[in-house]
Parts: sequence; structure tokens; C-alpha cells
Amino acid sequence: MSDEQKPAVEMVDVQIDGEWHQFPKGTRMIEACRQAGRDVPHYCYHPKLSSPGNCRMCLVEMGMPPRPRPGEELKPDEDGHLPIQWIPRPAIACANTVAPNMGIRTDSELTRACRHGVMELLLINHPLDCPICDQAGECRLQEFSVEHGNGASRFRENKVKKPKNVAIGPRVRLDDERCIMCSRCIRFADEIADDPVLGFTDRGSHTTLAVHPGRELANNYSLNTVDICPVGALTSNDFRFQMRVWFLKETESICTSCGRGCNLTIGGREGEVHRLTPRQNDAVNSAWMCDHGRLNFHYLNSELRLTDPLIRGEAGHETATWAQALKTAAAALAGFGPNEVAVIASGRLTNEELFMARQFAAAVKSEFIDIVPRLGEADDYLAAADRNPNTLGAKLILGLENPGAGLKSIRDGIAQGRIKALVALQENLVDDAGFSAGDLGKLEFLLATYPLANPTAEAADVVLPGAGFAEKRGSMINLTGRLQRLNRAHAGPGQTREPWEILRDLIQELGGGNGIYRADDVFAAMAAEIKEFAGLKLADLPADGVALLDTGETVPLLDRERERKAKGVIVG
Amino acid sequence: MATIVVKRPKLKWWEKLYLPALIGGIGVTIRHFVRTLTGRTKVTMQYPEEKWNDHLPEWYRGAPALVTDEQDRERCVACQLCEFICPPRAITITPEEIASDDKWAKVEKRPREFEIDMIRCIYCGLCEEVCPEQAIFLRQEYAITGTSRAEMVHDKKKLYEIGGKRVGLVNKWNALK
Repeated sequence: MSDEQKPAVEMVDVQIDGEWHQFPKGTRMIEACRQAGRDVPHYCYHPKLSSPGNCRMCLVEMGMPPRPRPGEELKPDEDGHLPIQWIPRPAIACANTVAPNMGIRTDSELTRACRHGVMELLLINHPLDCPICDQAGECRLQEFSVEHGNGASRFRENKVKKPKNVAIGPRVRLDDERCIMCSRCIRFADEIADDPVLGFTDRGSHTTLAVHPGRELANNYSLNTVDICPVGALTSNDFRFQMRVWFLKETESICTSCGRGCNLTIGGREGEVHRLTPRQNDAVNSAWMCDHGRLNFHYLNSELRLTDPLIRGEAGHETATWAQALKTAAAALAGFGPNEVAVIASGRLTNEELFMARQFAAAVKSEFIDIVPRLGEADDYLAAADRNPNTLGAKLILGLENPGAGLKSIRDGIAQGRIKALVALQENLVDDAGFSAGDLGKLEFLLATYPLANPTAEAADVVLPGAGFAEKRGSMINLTGRLQRLNRAHAGPGQTREPWEILRDLIQELGGGNGIYRADDVFAAMAAEIKEFAGLKLADLPADGVALLDTGETVPLLDRERERKAKGVIVG
Repeated sequence: MATIVVKRPKLKWWEKLYLPALIGGIGVTIRHFVRTLTGRTKVTMQYPEEKWNDHLPEWYRGAPALVTDEQDRERCVACQLCEFICPPRAITITPEEIASDDKWAKVEKRPREFEIDMIRCIYCGLCEEVCPEQAIFLRQEYAITGTSRAEMVHDKKKLYEIGGKRVGLVNKWNALK
């Protein structure tokens, strides 16, 4: 759907701060200014939501050609532009669209005075909470206060008291004194999450954001309201008081909690993930993500993390070096004949890791390789039924028709004694793949990699600590067939290694050198073998990924967004 | 170039003997000796039993410490600005939420743990300068010793012990804001 196929949109000339630009008819003034490099400060405007125009921060000076007197003709200048008559009252840039020959001043005396006044009014009742406010450091009110504010308050009365620290839902906390009544959260709950439980009560400076009596903001997308809140009125219970935002190192990655692959930013500090926030990608997740995916990172900071390779000795598992563990594993695996070893990979592995798993299966001469399917419930928004983030990658790279179909034959093989050794890559076979402890007990050798201690690791002869999603680099293919990259926020704890590294070293121990040093090398090897990846490079993948396969999968939330955009309700 | 010609003093014959000066010098020594013996002058400070404290100015930059206010509320709200500004990264703060049944529940946040590594601290005073709550001050404590690295880390208890109570500061958390 390229732009050329659509009917040509009429372009209008607009003067912004003295320079003439061209924009398609219907462009909002605020977007026109942004495209012209003159950002207009705003609170209530959000491109994915309707524009009520209630914060007044985006007021700009606007002008149109004057209406000529009867018989008079306006004389265009040499470029064909008519003279502009500036309107003495300012206009909001967020809800008005550009018009032919319109003039906008984003830095005039009137505009500056408007911003100054709006800031002063917004700050009148705002508490001096910044030292304890989680938003401090990424707060629009702080930023615009520095840019457009007064520096000192002229307000000598007592500030209005409002409810503080109110639990409006299981995951969201509200501080009404900090609220600036932008209504973004109300519109999000109503328009995007279809859960209109928020609203304003009372009037004037007593206006209070409240949740409907007897209801709570409990939907699976509630934490997005915390993201879009320009101030610290809505804070996340999970992230509250955990870490100040200016300490967080931000890494662009993707969510691995389901097949949607929502784009996100990992906020981490010194080897610990503190929060995940959605990153805009209009082809995947718009600007949102679900609460489940957003909070599904705490296991990375768990006390159950495996930090060292373990080898089973006479007195249980003993800590070993990587060299010892790899040597022990390879020596054991080399002792089995063809098809006596089975490999259970995971739909949570990256393409690179799956490719190495395929190489590894070939190195141990095994045809038994499969992934563990993981099915949940899809909702009508973003969450997909397939809870594996890279099922398509597994299908493509491992050549699986029906992922999970081979698990039964592996279990039967173990029961009948045909399969004597098992390699579980980042999967907990006992809890997730339907293996019983008895199945695993029949094995002569079990190798397990996983970030956490689990029953499979307990039964394993060699346990290798594999990195979690924030600790590895690689690519995944989401359900719409989009190839997206995970970036490494930090190294895993202790001796943790990325699964592709573990597999590379195992293959090397089994006698195959491969010249692979980085995840990028694995991708290059993969691109040379699998035609879908041909011509791509891991490092060159754009931040929002590339469309790789055509699966016909649609995202309900994005469909609705497109509809609303076509109607002109949102900018999109 | 300008030069200064120094004229050597012309010594008398008895001055050239040096003996009168020598005797005079011994006299001074004997006088000090006698005054010290009889306790009339005191030149040795009995450190560490005796400290410099009385001689230190009010603005002396010693060990940083946390203070409580008149109502024994810990002033620190764990905003972590000092941790951010600290040039040698000596400060580590773990924040926590104040329980809703606490008297100061409306402050919402306080440090669960506040550690200053005194091996790292360079006594620059930036933490005191950046603090928006007037909670951390450089005190006159200068003799920081310990027998291990762990002992040189001041924890929250120790910091309040050094800091004590400070009165007369802004109390923005009181009833009226």
C-alpha cells in the first residue's frame, strides 16, 4: 500500500515562523509544526488519541489572508502567497488543521506569553513532590516549567487538597494533586482499552480525576495510562520507587511474552532490569503493550537464577567452569549413536539460536528436534494466542510443519529406550512440555540450559546457565511475519552465556569448528543457507524491523487504529 | 635587569664570637623547658583522645551524614539526587515506600538503606548542595577509620548517628504545604 496508489491529497502552503512549507490538507497544525522542526509543547494531545484540546499548552499565534473589501483584490507576492493578517487571539495547534495560506508563529511574543501563562496556572496547585515523584526526570511539567515557566510562584493562597496515593486499580496508583487534567488516561481507557472507568468529577481548580465508584482500572492495558500521563499523577505499582528514571540505561528490544513481538525499551541499571516500556511501531503494537508482557521480566532478577555451569557429581550438582561443563557434555553426547539424542528447542529462542540448534542436532546426528508449543488466549487488542515469541522462526529454521507434534514421539522414544539422551534448550520440560520426572529419569544423559533453576535442571546431568531475553542479541519473527531484533541490555548474572554461544561451543567440542564469534556471524551463516533471510544483516535491521513473511495475520488494535485514522479522529 | 644589592651587616668583634647568641638561644630553650615542666605551656594535643573539633570552623567539610528534623522524622526521601551527583559514586540508596499506617505516610518514600562508602567519598559536599530536602550535611567528623572495607561503609544507622537532629530548616512536609 504505497502512497502513490492513493488518490493525490491536496497540498496547502503554510507559513511557519516565516518559512513557507507544504502539507497535505487535513494535517493538524501541531503535526505541521513538528514536521517543520518547530516543536509545539503540549500535554493533552497524543497522536493515537482524540484531541479534546483541553490543556491549552499548544496555543500558537495564527494568521489567515484578510477578507478583501468589496471590489478589492488581494495581491499575491512574487511566490504566489497572499499577505497574512495575524489573529489577535491564539489558537490551539492540536485540534486545528492547516488551511491554504495559513500563518503560524510558534515563537512570537503572544505565543510565549500564552505558554508562560498556561504554565503558571498549571503549577498553581501542583505539589512540590518532585523528590518523591517517579515521573521526575521524564516529566513534561518539569521540562516545560524550565522552558516556559516562571521560576517563582506568585500564588500566596493555600493549594487545593486532593486525594493522594489512591489505588485506582491493581497496578496503577493515582495522585490527584499532581494531575493537570489532560484527560489522556480517560481517553485511552475509553478509546483504546474499551474500559471507560476513568473520568473527571467537580469543577474548576477542584476538578479531580476519579475512577467510577465500584469499578477499577484493571484491564490488561492499564499501565499504558502511566506511560502517557505527562506528569506523575499515574504511577505504576510495580516500578514505583524502584529506581529513578535518570539512572536507567535504555535498550531497544522486543517483548518475548507472546507472538506479537511488541516493540519495547528495556530500562535497566547495573545488570538489573527495572521496567519495560512500549516503543512505537505502527506495524506491530502502535504505542502500547499489555500489562502481562510489561511485567514479565521479574524472573530475570530472581534469586533462582543459575549463575554457573553445574555438573552432577556423586553428591548432587557441583559448580564447574564452562570448559569442564562443555567437555563433560560433549564427551557424553559423542558416545551416542545416530538418533539416540533428541533436541528440544524453544519458541523463545532467537533465530540465531534456533539455527545453532539445527547445526547442533546435525552434529549429534539427530532427527529429533522440536519446540514446546505454548498456547494462551488471544484478546481483541494485542495479545496473541501463541505465547511463543518466535514460532515462525522455529518453523522456518527447523523446518517444522506443526511445532510440538514431535514431542510425543520423543517421549515415546525415551519410554521405549530408543532415545537415550536429551538436550533441553531454554525449556522447562517437566512443567511446560508434559514430561514427567520418570521420563527424564530413564535418560542416560540430560543436558539443560535455562535462566532459572527448575525441575528439569534438577534432573539434568549438566546444567548450563542460559541468558534471558534482556541479556541476548538476536532476531525473532513475530506472528505477522516481521523480523525484529532483540538487543542486549546487559550481560546475564555470573557466568551466564547466550544460548547461541553455548551451542557453538558444544558443536566445537563435538569436533566442528565454525568461525562464529558473534550473533551477527550466526545471522550471516543463516542468511547464506535460508533464502528468506538472504541479503539481510542483523546489525542493519531497522529499529522497527522488516516485513519478512506474509502470514495474513491481523492485529485487532491496529485495524481499529487505521479505521479511526481514516475517519480523521486521530492523527495516528 | 634590575638587581638588588644586599648589604651584608658589619659584625662587631664579640658578635663574631657567636657565644652571646648561643647562650641567648640556650636561655630560650631552658625557659620553654621549665614552662612545659611546670605546666604553664601546652604544645602537644593528645590525639586521638583529644580531637580537633574545637578548632574546626562551622563550615568544615567532614563526613557526610543524614539528619532528622524537630519531630524526629528522617528528612531524606530517597530521591537519589546525591547518588546521581556523587562524583566518586560513593552513595548507594535503596528506596522504600512508607507504610500507610505510618505517621509520615504522606511523605510516601524514604530510604530503606543508605550507604556511603567512606573509602570512595572525597568530601566534596555536592551531596549537601544538591539535596532538595536538606537531609544530608557534611559534619565535623573527620577521623573515619576501620579495619576492613566493609567497616568503612557507613550505613543508614551510622549516618543518622553522626548527623543527629537539625532544627530550624524548612519543614515542607508539615500540615500546610
